[in-house]
Amino acid sequence: MSYQDWFRQDRLPHIYCSGCGNGTVINCTLMAVDELGWKEEETVFVSGIGCSSRASGYIVTDSLHTTHGRALPFATGVKLSNPDLNVVVFTGDGDLAAIGGNHFIHACRRNIDLTVICMNNQIYGMTGGQGSPTTPAGALSTTTPYGSSEPAFDLSELAVAAGANFVARWTSYHVKELTRAIGAGMRTPGLSFIETMTQCPTNYGRRNKLRQVTDQVEFMKNHTALRQKLDRMRESGQKVPTDIIAIGEFVRRDRPAMGVRR
Amino acid sequence: MQGNIACAEGAIAAGCRFFGGYPITPSTEIAEHMAAKLPRIDGVFIQMEDELASMASIIGASWTGMRSMTATSGPGFSLMMENIGFAVMTETPCVVVNIQRGGPSTGQPTMGAQGDMMQCRFGSHGDYSVIALSPASVQEMYELTVKAFNLADEFRVPVFLMSDEIVGHMRERIDIPDQVPIIPRKPLQKGTLPFHPDADLVPGFPQFGEGYGVHVTGLTHDERGYPCATSPGLHENLVMRLVNKIESARDRIADYSITNPEAETVFVTYGPPARSVEQVVRDLGRDDIGHLRLRVVWPFPESALKLFASAKQFLVPEMNMGQVAREIERHVDQPVIPIPKLGGNLHSPDELKARLEVLH
Repeated sequence: MSYQDWFRQDRLPHIYCSGCGNGTVINCTLMAVDELGWKEEETVFVSGIGCSSRASGYIVTDSLHTTHGRALPFATGVKLSNPDLNVVVFTGDGDLAAIGGNHFIHACRRNIDLTVICMNNQIYGMTGGQGSPTTPAGALSTTTPYGSSEPAFDLSELAVAAGANFVARWTSYHVKELTRAIGAGMRTPGLSFIETMTQCPTNYGRRNKLRQVTDQVEFMKNHTALRQKLDRMRESGQKVPTDIIAIGEFVRRDRPAMGVRR
Repeated sequence: MQGNIACAEGAIAAGCRFFGGYPITPSTEIAEHMAAKLPRIDGVFIQMEDELASMASIIGASWTGMRSMTATSGPGFSLMMENIGFAVMTETPCVVVNIQRGGPSTGQPTMGAQGDMMQCRFGSHGDYSVIALSPASVQEMYELTVKAFNLADEFRVPVFLMSDEIVGHMRERIDIPDQVPIIPRKPLQKGTLPFHPDADLVPGFPQFGEGYGVHVTGLTHDERGYPCATSPGLHENLVMRLVNKIESARDRIADYSITNPEAETVFVTYGPPARSVEQVVRDLGRDDIGHLRLRVVWPFPESALKLFASAKQFLVPEMNMGQVAREIERHVDQPVIPIPKLGGNLHSPDELKARLEVLH
């Protein structure tokens, strides 16, 4: 079997804009699933609302495309009522951090055995480019026409603080690392949170001087550094530029988890 | 036994093995009882972070084939509305218990009311139909909870047990049968499209984990379950089917009792006001006073009204400002007189008798 066999061929082509990073994340996820040897009939994809959340509909397994922000409580019901199922959640920054923020911290606290993959494009893509809780301060969107005046949420740090057993952040540029991190998350009992920074050329890049898809991918390549490296820099008194995003594995631990296969 | 406990016991007897809930007065005893009982019988109890999550969790559990339930009251019921619509659109069987209290808003947490009868019928956005039951005694709390699960599975729809603080906190002696009737969910035949309805307009259920590979979405979808949100005809057909699968079975779902069908003055009740009316009919011993007592309020059993062929007027005591009275007006030519009661107290038999004297 190849990762391509996991696609629901009669649903393609997808709705994503050309240059969107979501397809990369779906590919990485399915490559990880395929490497793990999961069975289709034992796997469920759950998602909320937004571009990211359309992903569940392109996969051949049972899938639940739910209401805005609520993918995690739906997934909680699926996993706790049948722990034999592998449950993966696709979500986005608006879905997870804004309308679904409360569910996010509580799912991490409970440490339910889910793999949560957040496609963080720092914008509401599907509704036309409104600011989200991860839109960087100063960035332009249709609802922050003078630059966002709010600080952005750091979702991975939030997941670490709330208790998830596995947390990693990569970008759609870091395909190999991302695939490995998703696989590691799926193998870790408890809640695994994998945040992927993804480019949204249509609604983010276009308004923020990253007009070409390659500009945004280049930006993610050049403005990311391993979290451990950034920590070392801070410890040694070096100044870390504010626009550098920490990537890598944030935590891997063994807190008691719920809904683990018996 | 307390009404709320009878509800929880009825759910367990009906095979409910998943409860997701959030504490709220006056429903909390149901969650507490499920928290104590479910882990001992290989069931799942989870206290969710809010009512939006509670409703979501029971829908997720239902897709793995579990009978699932939540219980709440007014403010929590309001929070559940969006995901109730999702359950309607995705045809997810589940049971929502609403132990009604005085509203709007925080209102009267410890006092009974029937103010959510229209909300349970129309509270989520868009057009749809649901099933709502209303118990008037602790015995009925048990029996109608069992019935709610069977109706939910048969029609693949959220079913509401619309009780209230009075019956929820009432203590009465009840008979618990050795066995309760259980009508299981009809599975999807392999090779059939997952949202292709049978003759009863209800599709077979493609349980998660059984290899169906079904995509379930709250978007308007075709019979494959695939989103198709811009086709006017497809949307119209889907919504009409979701409504008609309930409305066309109205007489089969109906559950009521009738006293004095030749009467000229007819009380129509559901829930606790039925008890006061029964007392009035007993006390007066007159056969010109009739009583239609509904255990199913939605879909509204309009044919039951026609059984009172000599009726000159319908009196409708409700613990709200006349929500179901207005529905009755739609179906009959005779005058419909609402007898609203707010504040948490039940209509007393004397109050109703005094009302009758004014009318005659």
